[in-house]
Amino acid sequence: MGRAIHPGAWWLWSLSLGTAATRTTNPLLLALLITVSAYVVATRRPETPWSRSYGAFVKLALAVLLIRLVFAIVLGSPIPGTHTLFTLPEAGLPAWAQGIRLGGEVTAEALAFALYDGLKLATLLICVGAANALANPSRLLKSLPGALYEMGVAVVVALTFAPNLIADVQRLRAARRLRGRPDKGLRGLLQVGLPVLEGALERSVALAAAMDARGYGRTAQVPAAVRRTTAALTLGGLLGVCAGTYGLLTAEGGTYGVPVLLVGIVAALAGLKLGGRRSLRTRYRPDRWDVRAWLVVASGVAVAALLTLASVRDPAALHPGVVPLVAPTLPLWPAAAVLLGLLPAFVAPDPKEPS
Amino acid sequence: MIRFEDVSVTYEGAAEPTVQGIDFEVPEGELVLLAGPSGVGKSTVLGAVSGLVPHFTGGTLRGRVTVAGRDTRTHKPRELADVVGTVGQDPLSHFVTDTVEDELAYGMESLGLAPDVMRRRVEETLDLLGLADLRARPIATLSGGQRQRVAIGSVLTPHPSVLVLDEPTSALDPAAAEEVLAVLQRLVHDLGTTVLMAEHRLERVIQYADQVVLLPSPGAPPVVGTPSEVMAVSPVYPPVVALGRLAGWTPLPMTVRDARRRAADLRHQLENAPKGRGELRDQPHKTRTRQPSGPPTPVGALHSLSVTRARIQALRAIDLTITPGETIALMGRNGAGKSTLLNSLVGLVKPSSGTVRVGEAVPHHTAPKDLVRKVGLVPQEPRDLLYADTVAAECAAADQDAGAPPGTCRGLVSELLPGVTDTTHPRDLSEGQRLALALAVVLTARPPLLLLDEPTRGLDYAAKARLAGVLRGLAAEGHAIVLATHDVELAAEIAHRVVLLAEGEVIADGPTADVVVSSPSFAPQVTKILAPQHWLTVSQVRAALPPEATS
Repeated sequence: MGRAIHPGAWWLWSLSLGTAATRTTNPLLLALLITVSAYVVATRRPETPWSRSYGAFVKLALAVLLIRLVFAIVLGSPIPGTHTLFTLPEAGLPAWAQGIRLGGEVTAEALAFALYDGLKLATLLICVGAANALANPSRLLKSLPGALYEMGVAVVVALTFAPNLIADVQRLRAARRLRGRPDKGLRGLLQVGLPVLEGALERSVALAAAMDARGYGRTAQVPAAVRRTTAALTLGGLLGVCAGTYGLLTAEGGTYGVPVLLVGIVAALAGLKLGGRRSLRTRYRPDRWDVRAWLVVASGVAVAALLTLASVRDPAALHPGVVPLVAPTLPLWPAAAVLLGLLPAFVAPDPKEPS
Repeated sequence: MIRFEDVSVTYEGAAEPTVQGIDFEVPEGELVLLAGPSGVGKSTVLGAVSGLVPHFTGGTLRGRVTVAGRDTRTHKPRELADVVGTVGQDPLSHFVTDTVEDELAYGMESLGLAPDVMRRRVEETLDLLGLADLRARPIATLSGGQRQRVAIGSVLTPHPSVLVLDEPTSALDPAAAEEVLAVLQRLVHDLGTTVLMAEHRLERVIQYADQVVLLPSPGAPPVVGTPSEVMAVSPVYPPVVALGRLAGWTPLPMTVRDARRRAADLRHQLENAPKGRGELRDQPHKTRTRQPSGPPTPVGALHSLSVTRARIQALRAIDLTITPGETIALMGRNGAGKSTLLNSLVGLVKPSSGTVRVGEAVPHHTAPKDLVRKVGLVPQEPRDLLYADTVAAECAAADQDAGAPPGTCRGLVSELLPGVTDTTHPRDLSEGQRLALALAVVLTARPPLLLLDEPTRGLDYAAKARLAGVLRGLAAEGHAIVLATHDVELAAEIAHRVVLLAEGEVIADGPTADVVVSSPSFAPQVTKILAPQHWLTVSQVRAALPPEATS
């Protein structure tokens, strides 16, 4: 087995599939997108705790879909429909709540619209879940520029803390049972809050001590001129970004907006690059961006680009009508384009194979 | 390599220095053991080497500490990171990354070593510590011994000349502890690393030490010398030394092997001791309940209990009956299912199949309020049980929880922990005192079945002896006690019966003497020294010898 694919490649691939999902409401295409990402996850995810988060994302997506449907049923929908499925008792609301409807007729059109819309969002969520399962989020943070490294570590530590916190809550709730107090319910949860926070604080202090003793935050001696230039570049750059954005968004600044924004970005990046000199750090086995990473990204981008193209060329097929209600059909060549997303399942190394 | 020059440390808000008059030197390439009872400031001394005391903890350090020629006053911990590697008591709070390989590389990345050097050292360290198979494993999935080895490896990769370890084996089972100590031994012998470590379980480490620095009591200056010199005057000593002192051997033996060579006479004496041979004679009378003279009703029973958690079978078809007045030691590797078994007895874990009974009750279907009167568990971290700000408030809450008359818990506390005032905050108690408080809280409901999970972790010998006395008293009153422990000496001291678990199955169940004698890793030191006779503890030997022989 070769080395794992660059985590950035997985994220780009997944986000591209997500982008593709926003271009269509065709449930058949969306289902195909979900299947493609699920197949890649099933064959290529490593056996690690974070890769199990995929299940959680799938559940979240299902919940989103259900909530969307329930809202459409209970609160009604602006979609005019003629196929009434059933009628809920309608609650009469006072005049100031005009425009809000509770209950009433539920039409097949409204349900179909809600289903398509919810499915789009669910697909997006599942794609993000796929990225999470395929690439360790903390490895992605390792690819940050040197100057931002310390911030990256803070995020990684925070990420590893969440599971510890949950374990603490479970342990302390268990301990309540040993004291003869009810271990279930909200009250039980609230009463362990303080000890859990105490424990988390103590652990952070211990970790900070360990990190300090292991050389975290060692800095190189940098000439004062370089330090000052870094500060000036970073601050000036950020100011430029702010001013440029303001210019872009207001009517008067149309002319200077873009150039100021660009100059600001360049200055800020240069500041970051120069700031990296302060850090002595080297990287152990950085993830390489190799041909396979390019292939993985290319397959995702191709799906997104082709579906965007299709949504312009043939909007009817990608957005099946709900009024009047028609059965969605699977447009042939967009479907074939989605299948391109399967490429990573063949180019990425199989994590289950012994190395 | 490490030099303390008349060092004293005073923490903020403390009236007196935590340690003072510390003045010793650790030569290069030696393994030096820091010994002493709890609360004498061992961790403070260790922290001063890495510079965490006082740079990180605050407080005032007087005197001078130099490590490899660098003064810790002028060098922050991060600037000492290339010469000192520190591993704290809890390896989990030491890890920054989430996989083994990244963790090994982390320290080197901070120091800015070249990538090819890092790659080479990671591979070397993986081999040195036997971690090669675990390289890609997430740290969260490792066992205790593996974690400890990864923690040591992670500070080894920058090739520090000094390694500082705080209680590296106290949370480990005997086999895992051997593993870690073998690694340390190898570092000292092959790489010339200087090691300074603190450890309560002297029986595990004393034989590896070149020198011992003893802090006899809080604020007292250290006694420095060879292990046998220091052990002659130390208030803390392992059983092998206790036996040596009893038999009047000089110099004192430090290893089982030394002691066995000298023990021929003692064995002979014991053979002819007036009470006859020692075997099983000292077994507490309660073991007789296992004989057919009308079996008493069990206070706890497991019947073909299996527990599956997260697709892993934690327990497999366990059968166990616990009778009143019996003390059972539950032993086995880290992760063998000891805690799961205890948890299933208090209903924290539901059985996947089989039954659990505590008295007549099914634990996981019983309301906590009723269950505390049937069974009590002191968890691995006694602090989990304590919520209140003061000892008095804790006791009042315990009385209320258990429905006991007011003052019950306070009475127990005074009995177990004489001299603790009402206003003390539970967090300010020492490890041993906190355990005693948690034990008192649990005992307030007078449960006939008492469970303890790793009670001796972090306890010194005196606290352990007190605990053993308390538990023996409770057993005599008719409490049944089950304790999960790695501490073979404690098991030998108080257990009537030992149950060995491996991979969730019972692999041995019988009287302590029978089970531990036949196991090389679970046999206490006295048993090893006096084999083939079946003695378990020094106190048994003392009782068997004629009085004039011990004088």
